[in-house]
Amino acid sequence: MNIIRKASTTILRPQFNYQKVILFPGDGIGPEISKAVIDIFDAAKVPIEWEFHEIHKKRVTEQGDLITEETLKQVKALKYALKGPFETPIGKGYRSINVTLRKRLQLFANVRPCKSIKGVQTPYPGVDVVTIRENTEGEYSGLEHEVVPGVVENLKIVSYNACQNIAQYAFEFARANNRKQVVACHKAGVMKQGDGLFLKVCDDVAKNYPEIEFSEEQIDTMAFKLANDPTKIDVMVMPNLYGDIVSDLCAGLIGGLGLTASGNIGKDCEVYEAVHGTAPDIAGKNLANPTALLLSGIMMLKAMRLNDYANRIETATYSVLEEARFLTGDLGGKSTTTDYTKAIIDKL
Amino acid sequence: NYLQKPGEGALKNVTLIPGVGIGPEITNSVKTVFEALHVPIKFDVLDNFNFENDDSKSQLRKNECILLGVMTEKNQKYTDNYKFYKYLDLYSNITFAFSVEGITQRHNNTDIVVIRENTEGEYSGVEHEVYPGVVESIKVTTKQASLRIAEYAFEFAHLSGRRKVTAVHKANIMKLVDGLFLQACREVAQRYSFIKYEEMIIDNCCMQLVKNPTQFDVMVMPNLYGSIVQNVVAGITGGVGMAAGASIGKDHALFSQGCRHTGRDIAGKNVVNPSAMLVSSTLLLRHLGLPNFADQICRAVQHTIQDKKIKTKDIGGNATTDQFTSEVIRSLGR
Ligand SMILES: Nc1ncnc2c1ncn2[C@@H]1O[C@H](COP(=O)(O)OP(=O)(O)OP(=O)(O)O)[C@@H](O)[C@H]1O
Ligand SMILES: Nc1ncnc2c1ncn2[C@@H]1O[C@H](COP(=O)(O)OP(=O)(O)OP(=O)(O)O)[C@@H](O)[C@H]1O
Ligand SMILES: [Mg+2]
Ligand SMILES: [Mg+2]
Repeated sequence: MNIIRKASTTILRPQFNYQKVILFPGDGIGPEISKAVIDIFDAAKVPIEWEFHEIHKKRVTEQGDLITEETLKQVKALKYALKGPFETPIGKGYRSINVTLRKRLQLFANVRPCKSIKGVQTPYPGVDVVTIRENTEGEYSGLEHEVVPGVVENLKIVSYNACQNIAQYAFEFARANNRKQVVACHKAGVMKQGDGLFLKVCDDVAKNYPEIEFSEEQIDTMAFKLANDPTKIDVMVMPNLYGDIVSDLCAGLIGGLGLTASGNIGKDCEVYEAVHGTAPDIAGKNLANPTALLLSGIMMLKAMRLNDYANRIETATYSVLEEARFLTGDLGGKSTTTDYTKAIIDKL
Repeated sequence: NYLQKPGEGALKNVTLIPGVGIGPEITNSVKTVFEALHVPIKFDVLDNFNFENDDSKSQLRKNECILLGVMTEKNQKYTDNYKFYKYLDLYSNITFAFSVEGITQRHNNTDIVVIRENTEGEYSGVEHEVYPGVVESIKVTTKQASLRIAEYAFEFAHLSGRRKVTAVHKANIMKLVDGLFLQACREVAQRYSFIKYEEMIIDNCCMQLVKNPTQFDVMVMPNLYGSIVQNVVAGITGGVGMAAGASIGKDHALFSQGCRHTGRDIAGKNVVNPSAMLVSSTLLLRHLGLPNFADQICRAVQHTIQDKKIKTKDIGGNATTDQFTSEVIRSLGR
């Protein structure tokens, strides 16, 4: 009976189970870099089917969100999404789409690996760091008000549960990816209760992972170390704002925003995105570097256990970057987005 | 040349707080160099300085200028710093980071001044547990404090011949608090039409700093971003042992390293780099109208590093603090 069932499942499961995945192309350079990823995935015959979703330019919920309930439901249903950059209006108005997605889908962890790429010259060779950022609360609570004219307050929220989630995730990530060290970055000397809570939870969780070396560092000292000599740093876990700053800083170390992958992880679903903004200065000019979104897509494929496809595309991408014949302007090259994309496809 | 008024060579009193960590070593280096030059300054030393202690508090207001090593121990450091800066209303904290010839650095040709609001923001210390396991920390921003720091930044840029001021913020997320800060910067910028004004989001700013720092000149920002950016600019140039700094308000001026670290790991081992503190002391000398001594010390530090190749460990050498200081003294008068 057992044997039969096993045999029949093997036979019945289709060879190419095309899984649906959501794609938010985004604003600015978003559509161009999304197209590059689609083309490369197509050429590699990755068994996924994209479901495109637009995000509106005007509020669609009472909280001022720009994203509909249906879309959010659909992300949860399909579990995986890839997302381009979105414009965030500065000053009063809407809630940032990134923040909305993270909050509404409870994507509590943001993971941003940064590894030096051979062929991309920077003053910082040998970088291999991962920033794990708390993604749902902290300084991004959106709770602000004017106390009296000329005096405004912003509330930074730190909860035990969110700290627990992010700390646990950081150590699980380190274990799963064979990383040796986790360092918690904080400012507990100033925010004794808020960052103090974060630090204490990290400390407690660390005890369950004796094989991983745990330490702590003040966020400003960490900023110094990253800018001075980042080669000894491994996995970093930190509250929201610090993570935002540090992950961009790390992107700078390896050559910029065009090269860093990012994943937003929740219990129900995962949204992978390029770290960079919409780059309005180069949008529509076929100049954008699609590597960040591509590497994010590769991270997503690995999470979907499509490792073979992920590795093939990754190898092709790194070898094009290493040869440095088809680099985009941000990396000091002269190639267009489409030339670079074609070079990767040719390597597959 | 600077032409003094009669009597300007009289001894001036300056408060000296060696403090903890590497503080005693770096301030000692300054003292030795000042003595060698016969600088007309008399230090009123506050050993065992404790801000909570009322006695030392009253002494703090005695002199206009303070030379500070390192303030306090690790776990209370920042709130103590904060109370201290607040007490003397040293609202503007300034860090100088510049590439120095003779040191291997991540970036060359960098010359950045970071001006940081020093009295409010994330450092207000207003926190409470709203519900078991949920904590609120409050960042407070006022129009008045934002205006005066913006004012200081532009005035600084103007008076020191700098061309650009970059305001650093996160107003896309913290629309009200950082929005208010930006509004103040814009208001002041209008009055300085001959100085270029730019705005940059803090995360992008840190990325730009490690990628292409020569684009920056004077930078102005709220408290917490300041502490991060100061360290980044130190990191891309000669490190925290090279970056000089000061904190200034209407009535007092305090001179110390540009990045506030205790340096517990190296304290007492005679390996500390006194350069940052020496350069900070030259800011003090200029502030007191003694620019000639300042020039001599700056040249001597440069000569020691670049020509004599005497360097402490953090900048790629193996000289001790004492050897470095002695070489600076030998190089004086050049
Ligand atoms: N994929 C990319 N390829 C090349 N250059 C890029 C890319 N993404 C960003 N840049 C460059 O990096 C700089 C910062 O761009 P970015 O849009 O991220 O800034 P931002 O201020 O964070 O914008 P936003 O408000 O949209 O997040 C710009 O000069 C832009 O051209
Ligand atoms: N004058 C100096 N010369 C050389 N190295 C220095 C100097 N000042 C600070 N450092 C170094 O800078 C680094 C950061 O300092 P430190 O560890 O004290 O900072 P921190 O984490 O903020 O700790 P603390 O709260 O004790 O200041 C250390 O490696 C320290 O040795
Ligand atoms: Mg330390
Ligand atoms: Mg960011």
